[in-house]
Amino acid sequence: MKIRIGHLYPDYLNIYADRGNIAVLARRARLRGHELEVAAVSLGDELDPAAHDLLYVGGGQDREQALIAPDLAAKGAAIEEAVADGAAVLAVCGGYQLLGRGYRGLEGSDMPGVGLFPHETVAGDRRMIGDVLLECELEPGSKRTLAGFENHVGRTRLDPGAEPLGRVVAGFGNDGESGAEGCRVGRAVGTYLHGPLLPRNPWLADWLLAQALAHASGGDPPELEPLDDVLEARAHNVSARRAHGRGGRF
Amino acid sequence: MSARLAVESLAARAAARLSRLAGTGGGTTLPGKLLWKLDPGAIDALAARLPQGAVAVSATNGKTTTTAMVAEILGPGTKLAWNRSGANLVSGVASTLLDVRDAELGLLEVDEAALPEVARRVRPRALLLGNLFRDQLDRYGELEHVADGWRTMVAGMGSEAILVVNGDDPQVGDLGRDRGSTVVYGLDDPRHARAAMQHAADSRYCIRCGHPYDFAAAYVGHLGDYSCPSCGHSRPELRVAARAIELNGLESASFELVTPAGSIRVALRLPGLYNVYNAVGAAALAQTLGASLEEIRAGLDRFGAAFGRFERIASGDKTILVLLIKNPAGANEVVRTLEDGGAPQVLLIALNDAIADGKDVSWIWDIDLEPLLDSTEHLIATGDRAAELGLRCVYGGLPESSLELEDDLERALDRGLELTPPGGELVVLPTYTAMLALQRIVTERGLTRPYWESKA
Repeated sequence: MKIRIGHLYPDYLNIYADRGNIAVLARRARLRGHELEVAAVSLGDELDPAAHDLLYVGGGQDREQALIAPDLAAKGAAIEEAVADGAAVLAVCGGYQLLGRGYRGLEGSDMPGVGLFPHETVAGDRRMIGDVLLECELEPGSKRTLAGFENHVGRTRLDPGAEPLGRVVAGFGNDGESGAEGCRVGRAVGTYLHGPLLPRNPWLADWLLAQALAHASGGDPPELEPLDDVLEARAHNVSARRAHGRGGRF
Repeated sequence: MSARLAVESLAARAAARLSRLAGTGGGTTLPGKLLWKLDPGAIDALAARLPQGAVAVSATNGKTTTTAMVAEILGPGTKLAWNRSGANLVSGVASTLLDVRDAELGLLEVDEAALPEVARRVRPRALLLGNLFRDQLDRYGELEHVADGWRTMVAGMGSEAILVVNGDDPQVGDLGRDRGSTVVYGLDDPRHARAAMQHAADSRYCIRCGHPYDFAAAYVGHLGDYSCPSCGHSRPELRVAARAIELNGLESASFELVTPAGSIRVALRLPGLYNVYNAVGAAALAQTLGASLEEIRAGLDRFGAAFGRFERIASGDKTILVLLIKNPAGANEVVRTLEDGGAPQVLLIALNDAIADGKDVSWIWDIDLEPLLDSTEHLIATGDRAAELGLRCVYGGLPESSLELEDDLERALDRGLELTPPGGELVVLPTYTAMLALQRIVTERGLTRPYWESKA
């Protein structure tokens, strides 16, 4: 089956490894006999809510984020409609912030948000940089860990009752104090774990592919054939060990 | 020298000797760290003693090589206080100023983030600013943050100080605009432009209005001949330029150096367009210090390579070629140079994640590594993050049968040499701390000498 990915602002939001995440989705889809089609949706482009099974929004440096923020906010209604219709979303770092209600920076450098995720982000006084490990339970009874790296000055506060992507085992997470990291709304997930998130956390790549396939077929998320993932497990374990050993804390 | 500074200097030098005796390393930054703790103002006083003052060189990529080229051009005639081992933070600069007591001129390679502090204290008479690329965001924060620091620094510099800037980098080239005493350098040979902008290019959007630049030529990442179709911001006029560039694979490069004092053909024993950038920058800076065209030509002709950046080491009937990688833009140039020289059949990549390498290893996904993956028969991934590197290569198209994982660097080196045919060359791409570890291994085997024992 064909999986249609809408990659938002790949020419602006590509700070670290965003294309790596796409490469992982493509290869893991191909190994299961599916085809991934990636379309760039950038500044000034129309976003058709029905045209994509998965939307990907990466991270950018402050300057690039400020350049696209108003355009992204203007696409907000289309993104919310897509998610309401069952499209999957992966938003990373800057993209995760901007899919909330907005970003309040220092010295009036505010950016509008999309309002998909129930959170607000305010610039803090210290950067939160380091290895990070989360425990997630996206499907009831199935606990998995996500290992990654975070680097953000924004503190993201989830609204009461909002569902985080995971609980912080080691590292800072959304705000360095609540123990929550990321956010989930239906098939949409956002996280501060930037860099090669999916290569070393293949279960999340497969979860996203299954959600996207469900949107494409109109049915339930399918069980994907397991892959050997030996190298992936090694990379995950090293990264998890780093988070335990030197993950960020105030 | 004041009595206080003299006592502090003595204590700091003694610490360096102890560090060397204890075998803990070159002792290159320990005395500086100590001095820095005892009296931060001591650096100012040490720099003020230099009869010819000091010059500083900074950039994300190429600062060590560029500085070493300047040293070679100036030659043995000038006694330098030069931090040749690459200890380029404030403490390293302090150590260097301490170490060479009768130096005439300070020649300082300085870390991009440490530069404003060093410039404020050392007050260089000339400052070379090469380029700004995304690099170890876990250490430096965002590129814009470093650029802001540089802008503030330049605004506070006296008008007598000469600024030498790479005009091909939009952020860096703009620093000298509307300022006297500025020398702009760059490349002027569109035959060597990239067909497409690289993934790791950073400053692609107009620094004034945010509109994407038009690039008449993009040479290395976002370095090139740019202009903004919306507001007209464009590359400043080049005063020192490289034209008629010839690249000779993994061996050498040459170019026509065009300056206000005339033009001359320069041959480099180093490969790659990035080394042409280093050479043009070094030439522009040396010229402001009074070097003649002939001295520049001769110095660049003599120049071998800076520590660990490009080294060929003999090991029996095989050679080991070491090329440092530390960020996407620099690594891309290494890949391009390897491609031009005929992609290697056996490749060893060593990825560590210590602070000096960058704890965040995600940058390896931003390297355009694919051209090497298509043709390499054996790729050995090693270092602290060997598995991560292996994943990068497999997801980039390397057949899993071509990949070997060996966490231990020394065993990985031996495996690489074993796979290299007699008379062949093993290409090794290490990150910074892996490069230091590699130096230790080849030194123990008697293949090369440690840098603090070698003399220029």
